[in-house]
Amino acid sequence: MNTFPDLAPAVPEIFLAVSAMGLLLLSVSGGDRRMPLVCWLAVLALTVTGVLVVTSPSDNAITFSGMFVADGFSVFIDVLILIGGALTLVMSPQYLKRENAPRGEFPVLIVLATLGMLMMVAAGDFLSLYVGLELQSLALYVLAAFRRDSIRSTEAGLKYFVLGALASGILLYGSTLVYGFTGSTNFTAIANSIAANEAGPPLGVIFGMAFIAAGLAFKVAAVPFHMWTPDVYEGSPTAVTAFFSVAPKIAAVALLTRVMMAPFAGLAGDWSQIMMVLAVASMVLGAFAAIGQRNIKRLMAYSSIANVGYVLMGIAAGTVSGVRGVLVYLAIYLAMSIGAWAVILTMRRGAGLVKDIGDLSGLARRQPLMAAAMAIFLFSLAGIPPLAGFFGKFYVFLAAIDAGMYTVAIIGVLATVVGTYYYLRVVKIMYFDEPAAAFETPPRAASAVAFVTALFTLLFFAFPAPIVAMAQTAAMALFP
Amino acid sequence: MILSAIAFYAFAAVLIACAALVISLRNPVHSVLFLILGFFSAAGLFVLVGAEFLAMILVIVYVGAVAVLFLFVVMMMDINFVQMRQGFTDYLPVGALVGIVLLAELLLVVGVLVSAPDGALAAGPAVPTLGTENNTQAIGEVLYTRYLYLFQAAGMVLLVAMIGAIVLTHRARPGVRRQRIADQVGRTRASGVELKKVTPGGGIS
Repeated sequence: MNTFPDLAPAVPEIFLAVSAMGLLLLSVSGGDRRMPLVCWLAVLALTVTGVLVVTSPSDNAITFSGMFVADGFSVFIDVLILIGGALTLVMSPQYLKRENAPRGEFPVLIVLATLGMLMMVAAGDFLSLYVGLELQSLALYVLAAFRRDSIRSTEAGLKYFVLGALASGILLYGSTLVYGFTGSTNFTAIANSIAANEAGPPLGVIFGMAFIAAGLAFKVAAVPFHMWTPDVYEGSPTAVTAFFSVAPKIAAVALLTRVMMAPFAGLAGDWSQIMMVLAVASMVLGAFAAIGQRNIKRLMAYSSIANVGYVLMGIAAGTVSGVRGVLVYLAIYLAMSIGAWAVILTMRRGAGLVKDIGDLSGLARRQPLMAAAMAIFLFSLAGIPPLAGFFGKFYVFLAAIDAGMYTVAIIGVLATVVGTYYYLRVVKIMYFDEPAAAFETPPRAASAVAFVTALFTLLFFAFPAPIVAMAQTAAMALFP
Repeated sequence: MILSAIAFYAFAAVLIACAALVISLRNPVHSVLFLILGFFSAAGLFVLVGAEFLAMILVIVYVGAVAVLFLFVVMMMDINFVQMRQGFTDYLPVGALVGIVLLAELLLVVGVLVSAPDGALAAGPAVPTLGTENNTQAIGEVLYTRYLYLFQAAGMVLLVAMIGAIVLTHRARPGVRRQRIADQVGRTRASGVELKKVTPGGGIS
């Protein structure tokens, strides 16, 4: 019974943990002037982890007494998270230097947060889920408050911490209920226990599932659990916000998908309703609330809320094609979201980064390339063909219609139309308004990230097959 | 049997006396010291019921770390405790209410246990029979095998907490003298010693 667990499936996570500690030693011994070096080494560590993830035999390896699962699904999500983390770190050295906050702990915290996300995605048990989630969240709270001299940043950190702790509490309460009524915290054992109950699942399990769904909805920022998002996005340092908008979101969505599909497969009828309500509320509120925003970071926050709504629609479908839609959407969302943030990170004028949407006016004449990239991302976020964002929405809507969710799909399409308005408004300000004062020379790293992601968003329609096929394989892993 | 009963009553009496002293003493340092004694008595009670691991943890964590930290905070912060006590009577009604409710609940539990011991304990004994000699060994056997992953992951969470605390509070202050061991070792006679000619009656300027 007490044999040493098989470490092979967890090699990427172990490597990342060890390299995080190595980077910590390096940054402590070298002081803050080593920050760029630590950043680039962290990018290297994330890349190597990505290679380890892809090359590992991913035939549903379960280890650590069922607490750790490495399958096709986790491989796909891990790669997305690692790309998100690495791209953030590529942009960070120049950002931190210009913000006059070159601290060596920044890349270390990003790597540790990424490690927590990988652990979340690989969770096969509510205990490992919670520990991974807390590792991620704790690192993110610190990152949100990283500019501790700025009131907004500390406010963002505190708000995120308090609401995140509340969400964790709700999640834990749900887990205890599920544990109490099924007798296990292991996903497979819970699924078996629910399936074995002929008189239908006990009420306590449904209750617990609802609490767990609410806790995770906090983490993905789905309406009505989204209140923290605009404030945290606005207050956090912009490089951190870029990270927030992709990696943790992808990890939390993946976690939500796995928890709903694996242990609660027998409750599909119950959680599907919850997901539909969350999806509709997120899509509608994300579309309408963004209209009045003047601050570009808040605008992007509401945009991310709306995007989560579309993703949740795929989860609500609860089928292989639904999960495939979710995965394709996440991959495309990663590219367009981090690209848009990269463009925002390049626009600096004297006192700081651009804040107001009006500051972008006439960008097309000052920096045609940047304006073109931003326009690509915004059109893509709006879902206009043939850009990548259209295909993301397409696969999700396809799954929703296959699952017979016509009302939700129609509301989603209408919300897309409303959303297009505010994306187009930014494009109009960039292209047709009088030019405002010039920006400083854009940093090269962020420009490169913007360029690469814009290229991906623009040319996705030419080669969608490989990514869709990979997403299909990954989605199949959840449905044995 | 009689010996363990005597030990129980002795530890319990000391514990209750300590608890009363912690909240009634005027000097906060004395309060903390009695808190430590209270922890020790509670640890003794744990040993008596066979939970030796909990007892050791109580002594190591609460006495060794938490209470000593309390002591440091109380000694280093200049809090006017006399002033803080002035609102005591204002909170008395609410505090008394909470105390009475708590007492009623305790009496209810004891009453149920006394009146129907079979019904209360029908679920079986609270302590499962262990396959091993003591519960420290039982925890050790699963902590590093079955729960190895969680144990290590919790270690990473604590590492992040430590980094976070340092990142958010530590400020590099200029003009702080640090020990530089390399400089100390590398000191030579030439840099450390200076010979002065002392003229008789003149002294050194």
